[in-house]
Amino acid sequence: MILETLLVSAPDWAIRHSTVLIPIIPLIAAPVLAMSPSSRLAWFLALAATAASFYFALLTLGIVQATPGGVISYHIGNWPPPIGIEFRVDALNAMILLIVTAMGFLASIFSWPTIVAEVRKEKIGLFLCAFLLCFGGLCGVAATGDAFNLFVFLEISSLSTYVLVAMGSSRDRRALPAAFDYLIMGTIGASFYIIGVGFLYAATGTLNMADISAQLPSLGGNRSMQVGFAFIIVGLGLKAAMWPLHQWLPNAYAYSPSFVTMFLAATATKVALYALIRWLFTIFHPDFAFEQALFYWVLAPLGIAAMVICSFQAVFQTDIRRMLAYSSVAQVGYMILGVSIATAAGVSAGLLHLFNHSLMKGALFMAVAGVCLNYQGTTIRDFAGLGRSAPFTMTAFAIAGLSLIGVPLTAGFISKLQLGYALFDHGWWWAVLLVVFSSFLAVFYIGRVLQAVFFQPPVNPRKHRKEAPLLLLVPLWILALANIYFGIDASFPAGLALDGAVAALGLEAFQ
Amino acid sequence: MWEFALDHAGYWAIIGLMMISLYIAFSAENLIKRLVGLSLFQTTICLFYVTLGKVTGGTAPVLLPSDMPVHEVAHEALGGGGADAHLLAGAGERVADLAHTYSNPLPHVLMLTAIVVGVATLSVGLALIVRIREAYGSIEADDVRAIDVETAIAQEAEAEKDLQEATA
Repeated sequence: MILETLLVSAPDWAIRHSTVLIPIIPLIAAPVLAMSPSSRLAWFLALAATAASFYFALLTLGIVQATPGGVISYHIGNWPPPIGIEFRVDALNAMILLIVTAMGFLASIFSWPTIVAEVRKEKIGLFLCAFLLCFGGLCGVAATGDAFNLFVFLEISSLSTYVLVAMGSSRDRRALPAAFDYLIMGTIGASFYIIGVGFLYAATGTLNMADISAQLPSLGGNRSMQVGFAFIIVGLGLKAAMWPLHQWLPNAYAYSPSFVTMFLAATATKVALYALIRWLFTIFHPDFAFEQALFYWVLAPLGIAAMVICSFQAVFQTDIRRMLAYSSVAQVGYMILGVSIATAAGVSAGLLHLFNHSLMKGALFMAVAGVCLNYQGTTIRDFAGLGRSAPFTMTAFAIAGLSLIGVPLTAGFISKLQLGYALFDHGWWWAVLLVVFSSFLAVFYIGRVLQAVFFQPPVNPRKHRKEAPLLLLVPLWILALANIYFGIDASFPAGLALDGAVAALGLEAFQ
Repeated sequence: MWEFALDHAGYWAIIGLMMISLYIAFSAENLIKRLVGLSLFQTTICLFYVTLGKVTGGTAPVLLPSDMPVHEVAHEALGGGGADAHLLAGAGERVADLAHTYSNPLPHVLMLTAIVVGVATLSVGLALIVRIREAYGSIEADDVRAIDVETAIAQEAEAEKDLQEATA
């Protein structure tokens, strides 16, 4: 009903242009930020821009749910779709846009104390400018309906991400090689994507996603279409940190400024995964024989490998951020496994896990940022005994950690349960066992940290009783409580995920 | 067989260049060389697109006088708002009307954007290399890795010492 009140109160122009305003506002605000004289003003502007995007994303979701077909098509510059660029939002991207903008908004609230501590003062405006570019690029990827436009937005967000990761060098110089490796691999991924789009353009003569999808069935077993498909899957898989293309991720997450880690973990891989789902289901269709082979022989095994192997790797990390980064790759594995079943239940379980994962990883990395701020360390040893000196931060960390494991009454439980049901329905009971096994590994790596936090005496000599600042605690607790709330009443995210899956697969999957 | 190979000579060259550049980007130890490989890779993609846009016997996609549209009157009749509909309706039969064959201009336009992206990537990469040189004093990937391992071991030893002092 919040959405309905928003819809009623929104002015006419906002309803008409809401889809395009989501990425445009941060992109326009970014250069203004770079020139702003005071860093505090820059922060306020970034906050306002992300809040505006969040508002328009809510509005877009409301419009999508209110329209009968569930699709908003916005023609940029009033050029009709096959020729002009189209922004096309259905239930699937509306959900992704909501996640990205909500996390971006929460991230920019808590960014102030951490960037003051970690970024040089004269660089803060530029830093926030890069953040807004990244944010706008991600929103653009989620909103656009044009294959080439998606590449451009992907590169806008990636290029600013490299800069953001490298800014961690003031704390640890290892951020620089991490950013460079990310640059090489990210650019190769985006280039693969663009090669694939080229092959599809050669086969269909169009770049509009809906148009490509309409032309593909008539091509039959055209070879260049299949080659294009392969290139696109690899390219987007690299961006989404699909195992074994995730090598850039642990270092990039471990050494970037803590605010950046939180924002990236909650949004960047999610958006790439969305693009992957879009290509797999909306543009190409699961009916194609080569795509079924891909699901069965590539995506499902890779998803399982990710969740088992990377959970194992997470158990042996001593740095908390690195551990959470490996866990992120494992969670991407769950989503890919859900997607690879290619049934409505599977895709919606994958999307639900995507939603919940951004809630829990957002909360976990935010708590780590709070610790990093006061205690200047992110190893397990630095965390020892923090349950007593920073109870609020650490309780939120514990809640999100339990959600990551999948303890009942938390959001993580619901999505793993859904994934389990979907796998059972598909007859893959062995995969259910592996999901349980991987959750068991999560008990180890999260449990190890919780044990140190709550049951060990503090050993860090720099430690004094200090809670994270209020600006950080408020968004942190919003996320932590959301983890519990959506674990008890999951109707909102489950509805979003189901609508998204329906939109991705086409309505006939439900009859 | 030979005919097929020679007909697609441009594509063979592109595949070869792509492999070489990707290999450089993966395997070079010197960071500058890796960036060179990456840049070459992106340029090859531009070549690929431009080759796609070539129509056999086509000339540069700039309308020659004999193909100039004569729909000034029609344009006014439709008014400003109808320009899109007019363009769409015209797109189909216009191609058949043309006296000359033109290459497809769209891939070139796309590559203008891709070139900009490539330049941006290259400059960010070079800036990172400058910073790596300042921080590590080397731009060889294996040197940087060795220094990282050394620091990690040193940090671990120091933390161990702190721990012992704290417990003692």
